[in-house]
Amino acid sequence: MDPVRTDGGGVAADPWQGFTGSCWQDAIDVRDFIQANVTPYTEDAAFLVGPTERTRALWSQLTAMFGEERSRGVYDVDARTPASITSHAPGYIDRERELITGLQTDAPLRRAIMPNGGLRMVENGLAAYGYHLDPAVREIFTRYRKTHNAGVFDAYPADVLAARRAHVITGLPDAYGRGRIIGDYRRVPLYGVGRLIAAKQAEKAALDARPSTAEVIRDREELAEQIRALGELTEMAASYGHDVTRPAATAREAIQWLYLAYLAAVKEQNGAAMSLGRTSTFLDIYLERDLREGRLTETEAQELIDDFIIKLRIVRFLRTPEYDQLFSGDPTWVTETIGGIGRDGRPLVTRTSFRYLQTLYNLGSAPEPNLTVLWSPTLPEGFKRFCAQVSIDTSSIQYESDDLLRARWGDDTAIACCVSAMEVGRQMQFFGARVNLAKTLLYAINGGRDENSGAQVGPALPPLTGDVLDYAEVTARFDTMMDWLAKTYVDALNVIHYMHDKYAYERLEMALHDYGVLRTMACGIAGLSVAADSLAAIRYATVRPVRDDTGLIVDYRTEGVFPAYGNDDDRADEIAVWLVRTFMDKVRQHETYRGALHTQSVLTITSNVVYGKHTGNTPDGRRSGEPFAPGANPMNGRDRHGLVAAALSVAKLPYSHAEDGISLTESITPAALGRSRAERVGNLVGILDGYITCGGYHMNVNVLDRATLLDAMDHPERYPQLTIRVSGYAVNFVRLTREQQLDVVNRTFHESV
Amino acid sequence: MTACLLETPAAPAAPAGAVTGSVHSWDISTGVDGPGTRFVVFTGGCPLRCVYCHNPDTWFGRTAQRMSAADVLALAARYRRFIGAAGGGLTVSGGEPLLQPAFTRALLAGAKELGLHTALDTSGYLGARADDALLDATDLVLLDIKSFDPAIAQRVTGRGIAPTLAFARRLAARHQRVWVRFVLVPGWTDDPGNVAALARFTASLGNVERVDVLPFHQLGAAKYEALRLDYPCADVNPPTAEQIGRARAAFTAAGLHSV
Repeated sequence: MDPVRTDGGGVAADPWQGFTGSCWQDAIDVRDFIQANVTPYTEDAAFLVGPTERTRALWSQLTAMFGEERSRGVYDVDARTPASITSHAPGYIDRERELITGLQTDAPLRRAIMPNGGLRMVENGLAAYGYHLDPAVREIFTRYRKTHNAGVFDAYPADVLAARRAHVITGLPDAYGRGRIIGDYRRVPLYGVGRLIAAKQAEKAALDARPSTAEVIRDREELAEQIRALGELTEMAASYGHDVTRPAATAREAIQWLYLAYLAAVKEQNGAAMSLGRTSTFLDIYLERDLREGRLTETEAQELIDDFIIKLRIVRFLRTPEYDQLFSGDPTWVTETIGGIGRDGRPLVTRTSFRYLQTLYNLGSAPEPNLTVLWSPTLPEGFKRFCAQVSIDTSSIQYESDDLLRARWGDDTAIACCVSAMEVGRQMQFFGARVNLAKTLLYAINGGRDENSGAQVGPALPPLTGDVLDYAEVTARFDTMMDWLAKTYVDALNVIHYMHDKYAYERLEMALHDYGVLRTMACGIAGLSVAADSLAAIRYATVRPVRDDTGLIVDYRTEGVFPAYGNDDDRADEIAVWLVRTFMDKVRQHETYRGALHTQSVLTITSNVVYGKHTGNTPDGRRSGEPFAPGANPMNGRDRHGLVAAALSVAKLPYSHAEDGISLTESITPAALGRSRAERVGNLVGILDGYITCGGYHMNVNVLDRATLLDAMDHPERYPQLTIRVSGYAVNFVRLTREQQLDVVNRTFHESV
Repeated sequence: MTACLLETPAAPAAPAGAVTGSVHSWDISTGVDGPGTRFVVFTGGCPLRCVYCHNPDTWFGRTAQRMSAADVLALAARYRRFIGAAGGGLTVSGGEPLLQPAFTRALLAGAKELGLHTALDTSGYLGARADDALLDATDLVLLDIKSFDPAIAQRVTGRGIAPTLAFARRLAARHQRVWVRFVLVPGWTDDPGNVAALARFTASLGNVERVDVLPFHQLGAAKYEALRLDYPCADVNPPTAEQIGRARAAFTAAGLHSV
């Protein structure tokens, strides 16, 4: 252990000793470093080792605290100190035992307040758990310092406010941090902060030659903030005894430096998703070097990874119970992207890709970090089988198509949050939550009036007078309503991101990006299957509207049968494809803040339950208040031909019109995958190969029995670590609300009948 | 219902794709109807009335839809790409596919032409109706042997077991690949003597690659209610892990691969 335990021990004079390649040495280019030095691993999982005593002891110290955290909602909060990179003294779980150090505040599970996003969120979050905001902090953030949230509401137009109130545009990051920005945290170990600051200074100096337009002024100020944040990272790291100004010289240092960089981001930003990037194969280069040079054993290598993952599992933010309800528990989306294939055809799978997945055995299953495998049928067989095995055992992995991502964004792409792809360090997104397409269809039918409140929210259209809904008439009105929706939506997002940049700029994360980053405006749609099935009902069956005494259509009598999305039936699936294309085309017509590239996701996170609650009866027979299906899933129970037919319907949705991702969540009973363990593993590999080959983008895989979930609802204490994949991430099942638990239990389980 | 048995015409000489059949439903399943991910055609109608049947809705051909083999194969062809990547094939199941041998043969032969691996899931009771051309188009037979003891078979299925055993021997003589499936129903099929005898018989065939011991489950109960049928197994509990283990051990002891 000694060479690893002692930071200085065995440190090479040249931190890059043994590394090859030159482009990455001349300029900041982590991808080039990986390509030049990666050792792809094409064998099986036999080399992996279990946890050490030290790991077990450290983890059980934390798990002992989780019960209390679960029952109280939070373990502890520091309600006095607005968080920054340097706001808190060093914190430890167990200083003697930890290999990788650093906590968000001065104690484990103690949450920080981050008022830059919005003060109300902080106050409500504190009040919900019995804490009170320090009056001095309140005064600062009301009297002297404006927040992102305050800025947004100064500039929202009335249309946006009405759409927001009616829940037709929902979940907007206007009161909380937008997140979904991945700093290239690998740059800190590879180059050291000193070199990174010099590079940023050069970028800033180059701007001196350009006239001081609003854009250039903003860029200069942002670069100045980035440089300041890097300085604070150095200071924070020093408080833990690490000099991150120089490159990391050992694997342990590389992990530590990388973690400190990520830690600086989560100390300062309460972003909806604070994703890690694509780190396993990068770190593998350091671990391989130490293993090769005898400074490390496999047990020690795994122990370092286990320790790092423990840290990622305890990232915490103070949020309100309403926020947690929307997102099912307390997700942080510490998404880590694993696997994939390089542009040259070499797999980017390394031993450390396996080691990351192995933490689900060594520490037990867990929702965070959100382990995301980039799948390609050409991945090494041993890796594919290990992923499938871990999925079957833990339901803790999601899969995204490496083939689609590599072609679109290159081979150093990582997933932020659930399904949002971005080239690490070169691309960021303006997170845009989503609009409710099912409700928009009801607006089309009701001439812009809300089916629940009767209020005029969308543009007024003359009321429909017929006894039967006419497909051509409804789609024409829907088109008009989507025009309004797209305009209002992009308007809202432009305001939000202007203000977020102004009042809650992600200094540290953006310091770990190139200057001249590609920005995407990530719009999204919810209720796709409800809208598609409703239109299919109008087209293929007879739908008679039911009006209340004010003439508002509040229900539907549907006679006859209609094809449903999710059965690989082109009649219904084409409607879903039409919706995705049409709305995306409408979004593209509107100018975006900072010229961001328009994208869209078909993802609901878990707010499919909340969206359903706010949406009235729909022509497909769904009752008012009933949950939507998650993401791009078919409606529960309507996919009658099994998982593959459902998946192929989803795979028809065009990625080119949904470049922020298309989410599919599947639950399979173990028996439905085969009779023996080996057979199940092989068959799950086959399903993933088939789905990706047929153009599928994303699949959450749960391998569970409904009986297990029902038992966990009654006896949560027996299942503290039961993890299930929801919409693009994973949650602790026992932390869901009862309503959400029932939604999960009532979803289609593909079983052998 | 027995009329069903007589209705089925002998193999006509019509073009294979034009043959029509009674189809209860179709599905894509993984790991339960043969190896890998498979397009499964459930044909309508069955001569047996197994007391534990979990698909009583497939008993009656008249409640199914009439489809041509070409139409079914066109559906299957949609999944060729997926199945090609995933590994798997096409399975004709039921009901009892051999109630409609010409249709079943057309499906299996057509699937071979699509390049799909083929499986036939049958009780073997009508094995005599499977001609050599049908079996030549079948890569794997999933042979559901309900019991070895004729008295138990009669009690459980309402029919004898001799035709099934004869079919099993014919498949052995043809060196046809076979997976035997045995449903373990406590109180009905689990007599240790019956299981041991079945294991000995199965082992003697020499062509059985594996034996699936399928634990009885209650997922079909609601169907009996919906169809207003008596459900003799309404009060039967699924076998325990220990009971399943014992049955598997009996097959393993006979030298078979049992899962």
